[in-house]
Amino acid sequence: MRTRLVVLGLLVALLLVACGGGGTETAPAESSAPTTPEPVAEVEPAQEIQFFNWSEYIDPDIYEIFEDEYGIRVVESNFASNEEMLAKLQGGATGYDLIVPSDYTVAIMIEEGMLAELDHANIPNLENLSPRFRQVPYDPGNKYCVPYQWGTTGIGYNSALIDEPTSWAVLFDPDPNAPYYGRAMMLDDPREGMAAALVYLGYDINTTDEAQLEEAKQALLRAKPALAGYDSDQFDDLLAAGETVLTHGWNGDILVAQEENLDVAYTIPQEGGVVWIDNVCIPNTVTPERKKAAEIFINFLLRQDIGVLLSEFNYYASPNAAAEEMLDEEFLSDPAVYPPPQVLDKLQYIEPLGDFESVYQRIWDEVKAAR
Amino acid sequence: MIETLRRRPGLQAALLIFPAASFLVVFFLMPLFIVVAYSFLERGKYGGVVWSFTLENLQRAVDPLYFNTFLRSARIAGLTTVICLLIGYPLAYLIATQSDRRRNFLLLALMIPFWSNFLVRTYAWLTLLRTNTGLINVTLMGLGLIREPLPLFGNDFAIILGLVYGWLPDMVLPLYAALSRLDPSLLEAASDLYAPGRRVFTRVVWPLTLPGVAAGSILVFIPSLGAFITPALLGGGKSLMIGNVINNQFLAAHDWPFGSALSTIMIGLMLLATLAYFRLVRRRG
Repeated sequence: MRTRLVVLGLLVALLLVACGGGGTETAPAESSAPTTPEPVAEVEPAQEIQFFNWSEYIDPDIYEIFEDEYGIRVVESNFASNEEMLAKLQGGATGYDLIVPSDYTVAIMIEEGMLAELDHANIPNLENLSPRFRQVPYDPGNKYCVPYQWGTTGIGYNSALIDEPTSWAVLFDPDPNAPYYGRAMMLDDPREGMAAALVYLGYDINTTDEAQLEEAKQALLRAKPALAGYDSDQFDDLLAAGETVLTHGWNGDILVAQEENLDVAYTIPQEGGVVWIDNVCIPNTVTPERKKAAEIFINFLLRQDIGVLLSEFNYYASPNAAAEEMLDEEFLSDPAVYPPPQVLDKLQYIEPLGDFESVYQRIWDEVKAAR
Repeated sequence: MIETLRRRPGLQAALLIFPAASFLVVFFLMPLFIVVAYSFLERGKYGGVVWSFTLENLQRAVDPLYFNTFLRSARIAGLTTVICLLIGYPLAYLIATQSDRRRNFLLLALMIPFWSNFLVRTYAWLTLLRTNTGLINVTLMGLGLIREPLPLFGNDFAIILGLVYGWLPDMVLPLYAALSRLDPSLLEAASDLYAPGRRVFTRVVWPLTLPGVAAGSILVFIPSLGAFITPALLGGGKSLMIGNVINNQFLAAHDWPFGSALSTIMIGLMLLATLAYFRLVRRRG
């Protein structure tokens, strides 16, 4: 479903990276030291905000309702990975008023001083969040970000052709005679790919232990002959179309693919998987007017009816307790969307690793370069 | 004003060259300078650079992993260039020998694919090449011509096919220009001196069109060497080209200096290769 023009985005990002350069150093000063602390009420919200989001992640009707009610137009553009979004902003891209980083990227952006503090006076609907999303570990008290949706990384499969995979062994110790052999797919993402292998081996997905990482690399190499490719973009469409039989991927995308092909199913293997929370945040490069407008939009997203629209569109679990009250019982009890507690216990968050991420990238390159 | 310009040809030249020169300085030389400069800096923790000098990035770049990836990319780009030349030369010859009207029509036909975005065209290939649901395999299997799907996707074949398709016009156009400038009286002279057709080609046509061959080869080789969309999409992401490695340093590993170092080395090598090639062509031509 995520039919975004990733590579076009990458091209633009590369261009920005090439031309940008020094933008990062100057940026934080602007908003952390405002010269005239204006009272919030006096700031008139801008007429338009630029929303930098994952694609197919929001019902376009939401923009229409918002514009009708508030007279603020939302212009969306898309990115395909946290790293891509981060690189664009670090390359000096300004003009984005609202972004949707995942948990570990929020931590990075807070550390790098790239996010504006939210004015809670403009976001009274924060009350609607479930308590555990008011106190997320990377941003307790929602100082910089508001959870948007959350989900898991597991395995999507074609239930007409194979039984439900109970272990990550289907990828990392594949059976050459199984129907999925040569028709499996993994996310093209070093952290997610390594996480799947580390989970299978029973290790921490944020490990810096060289021996464990070497074992993970061997597992990834064993998986390679079973793979049709690595793709973070069309894995869901390919599963629905019957091109692949098994895919490493994000639950909501796979559940949307189920709409097209009823044989598509999602599972989290017994060893566990990755859990993540995406968040809406405001970069600290925005003007007060645009920040105000973005906060009004965040507040709007937290409304009960809008929370329902979001989950009904993208099939991801909602952090919004008020919205959950109005969502279908069937949706709320679907273990693919809301994993039961015993599964949730086995899910891990990806954490930022700083310089050590080069080691993950190198292993990923080695795996991809292997013949 | 005009009088002044007429009297001072130096000023006139400066004014004429100013727009192009300033464009090149801002959008070519400065970015290039930044890339080279970043190669010698330390990485910022999550992207960007720390302003302290280091040679570590260049040392890391000569690692066998990246060196082999570079060799592989050069092999793929070389094959792409040769195939483009083999297809492009006869095609350019054909176009150059048509009547004016047909020639314009053929050139237009050659350019039409350029009107749509490269990425869109690459996606179009995906729908043709996919192993199990691609149009080619589905059709062939439907007709009972093959039992197992052909391995058309996710391998070097697909990458080279995509690159040849993408860059063929860049080969044909310079060849066409060289061939259409060819003086027919030279060919007649060769024939009059009893040179057989093959010799006319090897002794007259080919040497005279070598500059076109050089230009076309460089125009195809360089973008093929740095390709990253094609291996990511048509190669299924299963094989790595140097363009992907560089791309990943910026967009996944947050390691800008290392990405810059790889780019700098690649730019240097390409520059050397290009100079060597031109030299060779000049000597032979």
